[in-house]
Amino acid sequence: MSLGSFQAAFAAALFTADPPTGIAAQPAFAVYRNTVMKGCIDALAANFPSVERVVGGDWFRAAAAVHVAADAPRDASLLSYGQGFPDFLTRFEPALALPYLPDVARLDRCWTEVHMAPDAAPVDASWLAALGHESLGALRLAPHPAARWHWFADAPIFSIWQRNRTGDGLAQDLVWQGEGALLSRPGDAVQGFAATRADCAFLDACAAGEPLGAAATAALAVEPDVDLAGLIAGLLRAGALTHIHDEPEAP
Amino acid sequence: MTALLSAGLGLKPAHYDDAVGCAAEGLWFEVHPENYMVAGGPRLRWLDAVRAAHPVSLHGVSLSLAGDQAPDAGHLRRLAELVRRVEPALVSEHLAWSSFGGVHFPDLLPFPRSTEALRRIADNIERTQSALGRRIAIENPSHYLRIDTHTWDEIDFLAELVRRTGCGLLLDVNNVHVSSRNLGFDAANWLDRFPGDAVMEVHLAGHSSDPALGDSLLIDSHDAPVAAEVWALYRRLVERIGARPTLIERDGNVPAFTELLCERDIAAAELQRVAAMAEAFA
Repeated sequence: MSLGSFQAAFAAALFTADPPTGIAAQPAFAVYRNTVMKGCIDALAANFPSVERVVGGDWFRAAAAVHVAADAPRDASLLSYGQGFPDFLTRFEPALALPYLPDVARLDRCWTEVHMAPDAAPVDASWLAALGHESLGALRLAPHPAARWHWFADAPIFSIWQRNRTGDGLAQDLVWQGEGALLSRPGDAVQGFAATRADCAFLDACAAGEPLGAAATAALAVEPDVDLAGLIAGLLRAGALTHIHDEPEAP
Repeated sequence: MTALLSAGLGLKPAHYDDAVGCAAEGLWFEVHPENYMVAGGPRLRWLDAVRAAHPVSLHGVSLSLAGDQAPDAGHLRRLAELVRRVEPALVSEHLAWSSFGGVHFPDLLPFPRSTEALRRIADNIERTQSALGRRIAIENPSHYLRIDTHTWDEIDFLAELVRRTGCGLLLDVNNVHVSSRNLGFDAANWLDRFPGDAVMEVHLAGHSSDPALGDSLLIDSHDAPVAAEVWALYRRLVERIGARPTLIERDGNVPAFTELLCERDIAAAELQRVAAMAEAFA
């Protein structure tokens, strides 16, 4: 048997529910089957801790096993495994009773992306303050590579996510209303911030390459009475903006 | 550089601060490069901090050298970047595969030791050494299955890889013990035949019995202290081949750092004893 055909048969037997044949019929084959599945599920549990806390360990591992069999890792580094897990949860029938669960998973995914994203110098608030009003409106800034933001119109996703991620405030009442989230890496640790619709519209405009003046207009369009100075100050504190022409710092 | 390494520990994220602050003589740390293949962020800072304080070894688990294809070019490039950043004391990988058809299986999977496999693996090792610009060490994995299509003995196979590629070997004594029990061979005899000159590093770890099959199937679980039988095999080995950088691996039921350090000190004392013996007879 060639190396390639041995591998093909072995790989096929790792995830199949069919009765084992050949080498897979040895009882010890289960060691590999279990190790592979456990490694994949553990990676999902590490990457989606808020989801696991919401649904509990047993439910999570059962759901994760279904996802692994359908969408096994393609990358040798499991740090980023689970890109498709939030969308999987929208289709996974036992999760339909928890319509907010996929969005909680999306913020867990954002956390992973923020944690691993390239380094870049954030925009310094005093540098920005020294600019004149006119040049400020024409200035283009980019979202920091380690910034992710999302507006969730239907549910307090940020509160649900953050409480389950940190374990703090789980007993407090939730106000059931739309919430946004900004995840970024000020001071090198991932942090989550509540974000308004205006924050998200502003960052969307920056990501589309619009100058700050147009980003401000976009923010005003969704929240006519928004405090623009406060909005920009908040984004700077979160380290959510960077210069467009800066080269990223060497890794 | 490896001559300065004594006994080391697998680095666990919970122990980053302890690792940076620890001043034990000859201590070094080993990490899986896969856990640091990121564009930026705190992981690389943690690794840099540990590296600033101690020698670091990169021990890969997913290059899939025993697969019927060349190592993934992107993975090799990321590994080479990490090697440049960390300037590791040692780089190692396994005599196993973990990728097939674009899918990654997080395990060290077996293969039939044929001449075809030997050629392919030698080529994969050469590609890796050439991409990294350095010699790597290849580790003997744990065995669980009887494969009746082997045409090469495992030690002969490893020795031939050394001869063809100039690679070194990483000898995992716990894997030898586990395999000897699972496949039914004598671990001490096996170790006595192992080509000592090629050994760049030794691994020690704990194992457990299979939950279903009991002691008839040992699992290389890394979730317990090193077993007495494995320590005995280790002493026998280093008395024969001399002191080699030795690593204690622990991945489950991870105890406090000080507890791991005590286990590591047993190996360090053993290495010191062997080195003193060698000096006395020199």
